Amino acid sequence: MAVRVSMTVNGKAVSAEVEPRTLLVTFIREHLGLTGTHVGCDTAQCGACTIHMNGKAIKACSMVAMQAQDANVVTIEGVAKPDGTLHPMQAAFKEHHGLQCGFCTPGMVMNAIDFAKSHPNPSEQEVREALEGNLCRCTGYHNIVKAITAGAKAMAG
Amino acid sequence: MHAFNYHRPSSVNDAAALAAKQAEGKLLAGGQSLVQAMKLRLASPSDLIDLGAIGDLKGIKVDGGSVSIGAMTRHAEVAGSAEVKKAIPALAYLASQIGDRQVRNMGTLGGSLANADPAADYPAAVLGLGATVVTNKRKIAADDFFKGLYETALQPGEIITQVSFPAPKRAAYVKFKNPASRFAIVGVFVADTGKGVRVAVTGAGPSVFRVADMEKALGAKFAPDAVAGIKVKADGLNTDLHASAEYRAHLVTVMAKRAVEAALK
Repeated sequence: MAVRVSMTVNGKAVSAEVEPRTLLVTFIREHLGLTGTHVGCDTAQCGACTIHMNGKAIKACSMVAMQAQDANVVTIEGVAKPDGTLHPMQAAFKEHHGLQCGFCTPGMVMNAIDFAKSHPNPSEQEVREALEGNLCRCTGYHNIVKAITAGAKAMAG
Repeated sequence: MHAFNYHRPSSVNDAAALAAKQAEGKLLAGGQSLVQAMKLRLASPSDLIDLGAIGDLKGIKVDGGSVSIGAMTRHAEVAGSAEVKKAIPALAYLASQIGDRQVRNMGTLGGSLANADPAADYPAAVLGLGATVVTNKRKIAADDFFKGLYETALQPGEIITQVSFPAPKRAAYVKFKNPASRFAIVGVFVADTGKGVRVAVTGAGPSVFRVADMEKALGAKFAPDAVAGIKVKADGLNTDLHASAEYRAHLVTVMAKRAVEAALK
């Protein structure tokens, strides 16, 4: 039996009839066509599917869409300004080359933005601990850590 | 994932009524274990009763000597709560060590306890502090709550509403974690409650358990060397690709010692 799921995604109200077993990440990618949110491991380990729900970084593969009912969801498509100006965290990833193949990047950026809100001037150790739930299979962590450290400072302004 | 019917009740009573009707239904808290288990078809409930819309189940209250935490309170909220950090710093620390940031933003206290994963962190705090698990039907003492591997005293249709943790004189939690999953290979929660010492071990056996010999020794002298010579038997402990039962038994002593050291800091 289909259920109606409704939420705000990147500032826009969206609503659809879905099967209850539809994962949030499936809803975002296949129903809304927002394919910036990636599915890596599909088992809650890699963090490529990280998005914000009510401002908090969560793994969209690890919940059904209905768990985000009435929530405010932001995906990687929603963080840059409408004129295309990158979010300070995205700009820091670009500046510090915080990516190699780029597959993990959307999840890294989304987790980093949430982390930086409570850590305006993080230590390297804090950044590395904050990345527990994000895997980079290129092992490009060094520059990712540099990017997040710089991005957090830029966000704090 | 197999198909299921989805319900989103707005009160505990409605959730309990739904749960009573659905023999093959399951309650959904944060879903950080259940959704993944369903994807692997390790669980195939006929119905999911989502507790996410029930406001009464969320929140932290510190009252005199105890900390009450709503069942749907996220790990990150407990870890970041100034009140919990002040009243029971070991509990806030334990919550900060569960899974990863994203999991802590979704996972809940009630979900963790109801699931009773043998390697979960929260059971160690609940048993170590002698907490009380409050449900829609009754109050369950920690010593009566955990029954075995993924098994608790909860009856069908019974819903955890909150957990009340008495503030100890001093306490600490130390875990030897799996570096990939951050689950406890062995985690030890030590609490000097003022009325005695409690030592609870998670990750080592099928279910969280207390170590009476250590509690007695620490009751006489609360110091790391009091437990350094106390060994637990490997019989019945978990063996998997991460650690043998013998290794886990060894780690119980080492983690207990470190937990006492941390509690004294």
